[in-house]
Amino acid sequence: MEKWARFLEVNSSRILELTIDHAILVSLAIFVALLIGIPLGIYLTTNQYLADTVLQIASITLTIPSIALFGVMIPIFSLINQGIGFVPAFVALVLYSQLPIIRNTYTGIKNVNPEMRDAAIGMGMKTRQRLLRVEIPNALPVIMAGVRTAVVMNIGIAVIAAYIGAGGLGVLITQGISRNDNYLIISGSIAVAILAIIADAILLLIQKRFTKKAIAE
Amino acid sequence: MKRKKLIGSIVRYALYAAVAAFFIWAISNSYFDYIFSQSETFLVLLRQHVVLVLVSSLLAILIAVPAGILITRPKFKKAEWIFSNIANLGQTIPSLAVLALMISVLGIGFRTAVFALFIYSILPIFRNTVAGIDSIDKNMIDAAKGMGMKPHQILFRIELPNSAYSILAGIRTAVVLNIGTAALAYVVGAGGLGVWIFTGINLFDNGFLISGAIPVTLLAILADYILRKVEYIVVPKGSRRIEKA
Amino acid sequence: MISFNHVTKSFGEKITAIDDVDFTVEEGKIVVLLGPSGCGKTTLLRMVNQLESITKGEIVINGENSKDLDPIELRRKIGYVIQSNGLFPNMTIEENVMLVPDLLGWNKKKKRERFEYLMKLIGLDPKDYGKRYPHELSGGQQQRIGVVRALAADPPVMLMDEPFGALDPIIRDKIQEEFLQIQREVKKTILFVSHDIDEAIKMADKIVLLRDGKIMQFDTPSEMLAHPKNEFVSQFFGKDRAIKSLSLHTVENLREVIGLGPVDESIQDTKTIHIHQDLRNTLSMLLNQEADQVIVKDEQDENIGTITIDLVQKYLHFEIKGKMSASQEG
Repeated sequence: MEKWARFLEVNSSRILELTIDHAILVSLAIFVALLIGIPLGIYLTTNQYLADTVLQIASITLTIPSIALFGVMIPIFSLINQGIGFVPAFVALVLYSQLPIIRNTYTGIKNVNPEMRDAAIGMGMKTRQRLLRVEIPNALPVIMAGVRTAVVMNIGIAVIAAYIGAGGLGVLITQGISRNDNYLIISGSIAVAILAIIADAILLLIQKRFTKKAIAE
Repeated sequence: MKRKKLIGSIVRYALYAAVAAFFIWAISNSYFDYIFSQSETFLVLLRQHVVLVLVSSLLAILIAVPAGILITRPKFKKAEWIFSNIANLGQTIPSLAVLALMISVLGIGFRTAVFALFIYSILPIFRNTVAGIDSIDKNMIDAAKGMGMKPHQILFRIELPNSAYSILAGIRTAVVLNIGTAALAYVVGAGGLGVWIFTGINLFDNGFLISGAIPVTLLAILADYILRKVEYIVVPKGSRRIEKA
Repeated sequence: MISFNHVTKSFGEKITAIDDVDFTVEEGKIVVLLGPSGCGKTTLLRMVNQLESITKGEIVINGENSKDLDPIELRRKIGYVIQSNGLFPNMTIEENVMLVPDLLGWNKKKKRERFEYLMKLIGLDPKDYGKRYPHELSGGQQQRIGVVRALAADPPVMLMDEPFGALDPIIRDKIQEEFLQIQREVKKTILFVSHDIDEAIKMADKIVLLRDGKIMQFDTPSEMLAHPKNEFVSQFFGKDRAIKSLSLHTVENLREVIGLGPVDESIQDTKTIHIHQDLRNTLSMLLNQEADQVIVKDEQDENIGTITIDLVQKYLHFEIKGKMSASQEG
């Protein structure tokens, strides 16, 4: 206990810093992933052929082990002198987020009660109005579930990104391994776990807030 | 309709082209050469990788499936949420950390890696086993009881066949994850194809990177493919659900 | 025969789900447990095959106290049908139907023969349907399979918990008819749960009307309609219980009491009805097609007369209402 207190006294500001780095990397990746994934998921509901292709690609992408994806990306990004660091980590996280986000957006909207959709059409809503007022609000819980999966997964994957110099909490764990220092490893893992739990809780809260609003309207 | 189909085809072939371009580029830069010039080492690493995954996954299945069955029995029903929450919590701990922490308990080496992979694979299998059994319609179980089936008959004839899809999907998730985590076994000195990936990162050697990363990727995709086929064969025809991706 | 001897079920001290219930289902008869939701009818049914425990009293099945029987053995001797049919999606239709015989260790030939016999009872081709899976069948077919599955090992007693509740009215009607037909052949002792008054009147030899776990009345449908024992019973069956009771009478009854009208050849396009059809259906047919008359056919498919709304009304007045008011005054 005393040792822990001393460890935290020395390292707490660094842990906090790395946690913030970690959160920023994941948030940026998720933000971009949402910008791509949600419109794409919505579009896929109108194009079955493309949907099959894209979902298959996204599903294969997800099976690629993260360290292997980094291993492939380093040579590719070396071509533009970004082989190590933020860029490959960021791109990998965006790619991994695509499956849960696209799939959940797609299935969420597809599964909206067809009678509800009919009613909207029957009331003379345009496609865009129908999407924004009926389909997306009703698919929101499913879409948010996909976002939560992506966020929690990315927080874990970003740990590995420390090996390619992307910073974040993985630094504590990799340093702990090379220095044989369990304090670093444990504090790093706990910080990652707490970050994941907090992020999930915040997203759940957002989801509930928005869902209620949607129903109230 | 035709235009939509066309867009779909364009995306598909563009992807094929990109993958082909990558391989042509990698081959023309001789990034795969280590696989052939050091084929003995490659085969050793590959074997280590596969053994790590197989042993740890088998152990995990042997523990997690019976544990999932046990916890869904009426006697233990009340404890279910505790274990489910532990399983959920456990999945937020990074795999790298599990590996690293095992060093201080078991030292460096193969055993450590197997144990860490085993621990990490238990969670998805356990979760899916519990979810699969819980999702079975209560009325079906009621009908089975009312027909005079004994608890073990209900388990083997009704519950397991009808949750087979979910259990096998959990196993598939675990094995695919496991192949990736086994690439990290390098850090506990257990070998595997991760050795080349990490060597490549440390030495900035694209050849090692590609020669390590591509086989791991193919291994994962292959495992996913095979296990999906197994699912298709094992899951009873009537309870097969059409689930994509 | 199933006898309920002062059966009570309570949870703790305060809640009594079943309160001193006492009645008997005679051999080969159908008794319907009827009542509003939460009246304990399903609980009572499930006490028979020990899916629910009995706090006080006993249930005697064909001379044996259910408490003395092993629940597994007991359940295999009792057919059990539930609302959502409870078919097992992982098994084919044949495997589903033959599950209990299989558990009882019947040989292949015996199972095969039994399966073919049962499928013929419900008019489905055993060869065609045997290899199919439940999800490949319509709701009505699934429910029929649920019924014959309960009949598979030829149990003397059947428990049916709203077996037709999930079906749409037209199919429900058809399957009820079909089931009564089968019952005439197999003559099982049946306890049947329903919340549908019309179904109860149609299916029951006797009805047990329950409220809050207590028996309000135990009688034949016609007695219950004609002589409700208390306010609850008469309210439960409603003001239109006279019309409801029409379903207990057939065109033939009407012919015997007041006779049919003559066939008017000048009216074209009239519908026909069979002499064994009940009067309630006849009345709704007359009202629906807005025709003055419907031609009645006998078993040989001969026109034997016509029936009109007036005739039904007359019959209702003399035969049913007359008896009802007489009994209420007396």
